[in-house]
Amino acid sequence: MALAQAKIDAAEARLAALSLPESTGWAQTARADALARLRAMGLPGRRDEYWKYTDPSSLTAPEAPRAALFSDPSDAPVFGEIDRLKIVFVDGIFDAEASDPLEMAGIEIERLDAAMQADIHWAKDVYGVLEARGQSPVERPLATLNTACATDGVVIRATARAEKPVNLIYLHKSESSDAILHHVVKIESGAELTVLENGPAAARFNKVMEVEVADGGAFHHIRTQGRDHERRAVTHLFARLGAESLFKSFTMTANGVMTRNEAVIEMAGDDASAHIAGAALGDGEFHHDDTVFITHDALNCESRQVFKKVLRNGATGVFQGKILVKAGAQKTDGYQISQSLLLDDDSQFYAKPELEIYADDVACSHGSTTGAIDEDALFYLRSRGVPLARAQDMLVLAFLAEAIEEIADETIADEILARLRGWLDRRHG
Amino acid sequence: MLEIKNLHVKLEEEDKQILKGVNLTVEAGRVHAIMGPNGSGKSTLSYVLSGRDGYEVTEGAATLNGEDLLGMEPEARAAAGVFLAFQYPVEIPGVGNMTFLRTAVNAQRKARGQEELSAGDFLKLVREKAKDLKIDAEMLKRPVNVGFSGGEKKRNEILQMAMLEPKLCILDETDSGLDVDAMKLVADGVNALRDANRGFLVITHYQRLLNHIKPDVVHIMADGRIIKTGGPELALEVEKNGYADILAEVA
Ligand SMILES: Nc1ncnc2c1ncn2[C@@H]1O[C@H](COP(=O)(O)OP(=O)(O)O)[C@@H](O)[C@H]1O
Ligand SMILES: [Mg+2]
Repeated sequence: MALAQAKIDAAEARLAALSLPESTGWAQTARADALARLRAMGLPGRRDEYWKYTDPSSLTAPEAPRAALFSDPSDAPVFGEIDRLKIVFVDGIFDAEASDPLEMAGIEIERLDAAMQADIHWAKDVYGVLEARGQSPVERPLATLNTACATDGVVIRATARAEKPVNLIYLHKSESSDAILHHVVKIESGAELTVLENGPAAARFNKVMEVEVADGGAFHHIRTQGRDHERRAVTHLFARLGAESLFKSFTMTANGVMTRNEAVIEMAGDDASAHIAGAALGDGEFHHDDTVFITHDALNCESRQVFKKVLRNGATGVFQGKILVKAGAQKTDGYQISQSLLLDDDSQFYAKPELEIYADDVACSHGSTTGAIDEDALFYLRSRGVPLARAQDMLVLAFLAEAIEEIADETIADEILARLRGWLDRRHG
Repeated sequence: MLEIKNLHVKLEEEDKQILKGVNLTVEAGRVHAIMGPNGSGKSTLSYVLSGRDGYEVTEGAATLNGEDLLGMEPEARAAAGVFLAFQYPVEIPGVGNMTFLRTAVNAQRKARGQEELSAGDFLKLVREKAKDLKIDAEMLKRPVNVGFSGGEKKRNEILQMAMLEPKLCILDETDSGLDVDAMKLVADGVNALRDANRGFLVITHYQRLLNHIKPDVVHIMADGRIIKTGGPELALEVEKNGYADILAEVA
């Protein structure tokens, strides 16, 4: 009881430090509902099983810890070479000047605020709805806090194949910014959209993206999380997939003192496919947590989780991944792999892979490994004349390859590879 | 070209002496074979020459054209011209064979102050050399040695050797695991590289390979030493009588 009370006190303390956004109509209902759910749940603490390997305190504290600004003039903008529609947020606030006009054939894009002011809006059926569904069987109160208090975001509806990706760019310009963004995406039947995200966003960033993919729709998501060393982030990606739909998400994280990326995916229609992958590179004070929950609730769906982490100088990696196959979800094909490459003895990786299966005709596999660079492979490369640093880099990239292969678009995959190489190069100073 | 003098080597982690005073000179243009029972130290010699970790040289020296090899990093030895065809080529998932070859060739060229090969020139060269070894495009695309049969791995070693054009070629049991046809391919690949400026150290267990790669000198190694040196006829003698007679003779 004392524990539960502590969580509720934490939620109240956090809420007291926030000014709740004013809203009306459907948005007010959605927010009020979330607020009530949050007040009942409280915010997570160190003792929560779901937060066993990651200390949530800096994510739940009333005030955001300061984060020094970081910039590297030699760094070209991520995705800068890709033709895309840019939507820029500075410390969590939409920047119309820096953004492109919110217009693209086959796509409707609006600022969250505008959607919330409409009496009737398609986003009503998604905003806070997927988040609420994702609270069972495991609570995710930071996402609920987000639904209740998000101050900005975009809602995107794809009715056709988008001509170019939408790029959400998150700039960090204030050392004390505390941003809460909430995006809603709906991919209609047969439509297809790629969303790119990049940037640190704020000193502390709480972001939710809810993605509803209708039958036969396709959603691609590629993000890089900013290199700011001191930034903190908790993100939730909620997705519900219709029949024969496709969902692909890839995240690259380099640096950042604290990152928790949760993904909650519901395979709701038959023959759908969901792939989620991550490549995290941690050096020094770096804590990176991927927490994934995939529920199979339809026939003949495929899901794939591929998470790789390269850690050095005391960096910490966490992976919690679950595949839940409900009764009746026959012919499920579930795959999960989480691996870490430890470049020294100071770094650590915690993995908690889980399978829970209530159907009898399924194929599910999971594996997790932790290891160092293969010395035999390293010697083999060097014996052919490849210098040590280069040989190590080749093996690190080889280790990450299975995750990067999850990016369908070759140009974007090349961009991610270039970023990874950049990180490796800087490592050699 | 290669001069090994009184080389003593022990394991770094254990107090176990493996090479106990090896003396050997390989002249440019010549093929030296080393034969010997399992465990006599042949692979260890090849690893120590190419710079693998885990061994400690306690006495002696090895030089290539007067340069001290033993103090150099493995990649520097490679650039200086040492090449080891591994007894057990290493599988490297995630690294494409072609990328690997190109990185290696250009790293060596760079280390020697030569210009890097363009993608086009490199491709042309690889295709040509791969064809001679019956290595198809598919094999070049795959990750290094992953899913290769024993024979494919050995042919891949020879392809690397042909691309890197080393001064000293060390072949460690390149014949093991090869059928007659593959052995012929490999031997042809090696023979094509024979020239007046290149030396070979061919380690083998059997005389078989030496029918195809004719050695100038044959050494017998046992218990970390070269115990007998002779001409090609020494290999035939081993083939006929095994090592027992020779071991008894020197004991
Ligand atoms: N890394 C090692 N660890 C333990 N023993 C080793 C190692 N390398 C070589 N040896 C030992 O050294 C001896 C010589 O081995 P090796 O050089 O492989 O012989 P060969 O190639 O002639 O069969 C053997 O007794 C072998 O077990
Ligand atoms: Mg051997």
